[in-house]
Amino acid sequence: MLNLFTQARRAAGRAAVGATVLALAGLTVPAHAQETIKVGVLHSLSGTMAISETTLKDTVLFMVQEQNAKGGVLGKKLEAVVVDPASNWPLFAEKARELIAKDKVAVVFGCWTSVSRKSVLPVFKELNSILFYPVQYEGEESERNVFYTGAAPNQQAIPAVDYLMENEGVKRWVLAGTDYVYPRTTNKILEAYLKSKGVPAEDIMINYTPFGHSDWQTIVADIKKFGSAGKKTAVVSTINGDANVPFYKELGNQGIKATDIPVVAFSVGEEELAGIDTKPLVGHLAAWNYFQSVDTPANKDFIAKWQAYTKNPKRVTNDPMEATVIGFNMWVKAVEKAGTTEPDKVIPALIGVAVPNLSGGFSAMMPNHHITKPVLIGEIKDDGQFDIVEQTPGLIVAEEWSPHLEGSKDLISDWRSPLNCGNFNVKTGKCGGAGN
Amino acid sequence: MISSARLRRLSCALLLALCGLCGALFSQPAVAQDISSPLAQLATDSYADTEAALGALALSGSPAAAGIVSALADGKLVFSAVPRQVFLRTEAGLVDPLTLQPVADPPAVKPVRVNNRVRRAIEAANGTLSLVSPDPARRLEAATAVARSRDTAALPALDLALSKEADPKVKTALTLARASIVMGQPGVSDAERIAAIGLVGAEGNQDALAILQGVPAESSPAVKQAAADAIAGIERSLAMWSMAQNVWYGLSLGSVLLLAAIGLAITFGVMGVINMAHGEMVMLGAYTTFVVQDAIRTYNPGLFDWSLIIAIPLAFLFTGLIGVIIERTVIRFLYGRALETLLATWGISLILQQAIRTIFGPTNREVGAPSWMSGSFDIGQLAITSGRLWIIVFAILVFVALLATLRMTRIGLEMRAVTQNRRMAASMGIRTNWVDAMTFGLGSGIAGIAGVALSQIDNVSPNLGQSYIIDSFLVVVFGGVGNLWGTLVGAMSLGIANKLLEPYAGAVLGKIALLVIVILFIQKRPRGLFALKGRSIEA
Repeated sequence: MLNLFTQARRAAGRAAVGATVLALAGLTVPAHAQETIKVGVLHSLSGTMAISETTLKDTVLFMVQEQNAKGGVLGKKLEAVVVDPASNWPLFAEKARELIAKDKVAVVFGCWTSVSRKSVLPVFKELNSILFYPVQYEGEESERNVFYTGAAPNQQAIPAVDYLMENEGVKRWVLAGTDYVYPRTTNKILEAYLKSKGVPAEDIMINYTPFGHSDWQTIVADIKKFGSAGKKTAVVSTINGDANVPFYKELGNQGIKATDIPVVAFSVGEEELAGIDTKPLVGHLAAWNYFQSVDTPANKDFIAKWQAYTKNPKRVTNDPMEATVIGFNMWVKAVEKAGTTEPDKVIPALIGVAVPNLSGGFSAMMPNHHITKPVLIGEIKDDGQFDIVEQTPGLIVAEEWSPHLEGSKDLISDWRSPLNCGNFNVKTGKCGGAGN
Repeated sequence: MISSARLRRLSCALLLALCGLCGALFSQPAVAQDISSPLAQLATDSYADTEAALGALALSGSPAAAGIVSALADGKLVFSAVPRQVFLRTEAGLVDPLTLQPVADPPAVKPVRVNNRVRRAIEAANGTLSLVSPDPARRLEAATAVARSRDTAALPALDLALSKEADPKVKTALTLARASIVMGQPGVSDAERIAAIGLVGAEGNQDALAILQGVPAESSPAVKQAAADAIAGIERSLAMWSMAQNVWYGLSLGSVLLLAAIGLAITFGVMGVINMAHGEMVMLGAYTTFVVQDAIRTYNPGLFDWSLIIAIPLAFLFTGLIGVIIERTVIRFLYGRALETLLATWGISLILQQAIRTIFGPTNREVGAPSWMSGSFDIGQLAITSGRLWIIVFAILVFVALLATLRMTRIGLEMRAVTQNRRMAASMGIRTNWVDAMTFGLGSGIAGIAGVALSQIDNVSPNLGQSYIIDSFLVVVFGGVGNLWGTLVGAMSLGIANKLLEPYAGAVLGKIALLVIVILFIQKRPRGLFALKGRSIEA
């Protein structure tokens, strides 16, 4: 009953905060005599999204420090410029403009929610700069100025569903999500995918809840009821950040164990679990492209350095952090390849760049501006970490336009010449086909 | 619908049939098998092999099997790749799983990994193995576990256990477990299947429904008819229970709304201050709980179950103090200027949020549930979670305490006097300034103790308060400004209405529908459910 009010109130509030934040925003390091390359960081440090985005700001600062210790890029030191868009979508665009036009940053690492990314897109196009977007998202987009280092639905959601089908013998599906674009699109893709696998419509239950939903009693009871129809049932959760804690608490309260009805989540990682007692959740799943528990020397080294940098031996790492790290390293490599930070040179140079990821392989930037990734399925352990129960044998190439959706199945994206198009329709042979 | 007489007849028939079967089985002595091959399977680091090994262990009859299975469940079963061997990890070091003798020269080991499939197999194996445990409580648990797993491999063990069972409660559970397994098996006679359907159907719960829906499609029409009848009967009774369940959920949501709103009923309802920082008082209360729990975990873990009780007075005092400070430094200059108060308290709420974010970080903090608040129990088909029950009790206690404070104490009398007629109260020698500060402090303190309770069901994050502020205003306005009873009735009716709408309209539409209803209601009765009458409201 409140969402309308909350939105309006938040918007009004944020306009007021905006003014304060503007004053605080210039958290830049004092200018050095020596010339530096500026790197913009556009993550919310206050408001609702601060819970997730603050870590990514720290990650970029950490990477900048590491890179400077190695001698910087092109013989120049890097300098991070941090701004706070305060979880306020229009402010994202303002802050992006400030970073590019005023601070003259060479690249921006930022955004979490899809709506914030959509809000900064026109700015990046107009001022021709580069954005690295590190979060798993619903796909259906490919832009010249944006590089997507998080997972597209086929790099997270579909392998997770496959795992449940094959290993747990799941026949009945609850698609539960928060009511906004990422869950809606992902669930549309999943519904089409499940139906193509022969799951009848009555075995799919789709449920949406408002942002920050905290009273899960009815829905969890419904899930329990739906799950006791004699067929193995699983929940595919695209429930967003804050609403997850009460959801999992209610699952525990109503005694739904992972052995009965497993929940596989796409937005729950190590950071989110840090706020929950995970003992009742053991066995519930998450699908990501990285887990802190990945057992590789590269990952161990990264975790040690990260915990030393944050001076917190318990600080966790998560998937969007890894995506940020990959994006950062790709940008550094592309700049060195191009010999300049000029976006028009760096953008083509980025395609084909491959850097080591933390799970033991190499991730490459594809012509569709998305990267190749392994997909990992993890079960929650009682210490808040994940036990990796399945890993795709190879790397998965992102399908930015889902073949399971009517509006996008004929679209492809290729930013190399001669195509140079983010939404080329193979049927009509024209660039600029319809999106979703 | 099956009549109870028929049911009883059916269960007798089934029991007789079972007894015959048991007698036959009883004569065969259980032979302890060699379990070296399942042990080797456990060391291959493959979930499928582990699952198979568990099945073999459960039926092996080996005395070491129970120990191995429970070690696996506890993560204490380890294996070495070279040589392929499993060991138990004990406090004394690695021991051999069969002889329990320490291993002289332990190789490098890794725990045998467990996933959901293996966990299910562990439950089933544990069930099969403890069917003959000397402890009746464990046998009962085992029977339930076997009924849930519906593992056909457990049938021989189940029959053996049934033949020995003396405890009537366990016997019923065992018979039920057997019926659930027999139901889906091929090659079972119609009579036996119908008897099993009768037994399971008498349970009348969700699980029974699931088992009944598992009746094979190729069974005879008589069996299918019996199953369909039983299913229809269960569904009818479940529909009634689900209504009761929704009302219970509504009461529970209502108590949360009441807790969130009751502090506001004082600061907004009684004093007329549009207090946008109210939610942050709730948040501070929740963080106080976190700090108390953190201190207890560090210094005296034994007191953990008391942590919430300890946190209540501390949260009240701390948030009450913050409330008094806010009143003295900001709000008292703004009385009678609603718009300025709104903006100023909104600013305060942002400051408090960011302060918490700076001190504790932006991520959620874990507040644990004491043991007496965990778990759930059933009344008929009604599932009651203890945490929710305690929150309802707590909300009512807080309400009664607040009502008593306002009605029976001197400060309560002064508060009412000041709100009803400030100038006359002042003439009577009441220090109105001081009373204002105390009233605001009381409202904030109550919000703080609400935070202690809400920390049990929601995120403890800097955003906690934001999600309750609108709800709180809605409840207070709907119930009638300035009337505590209105807040109680308002909270409960909004909670129950929400939960009755939700199953039909979904969570998103349900909330919108409720909001529309409240708006229409306020159009009709602008002063809410319980409008104050008299001179004070004209002022």
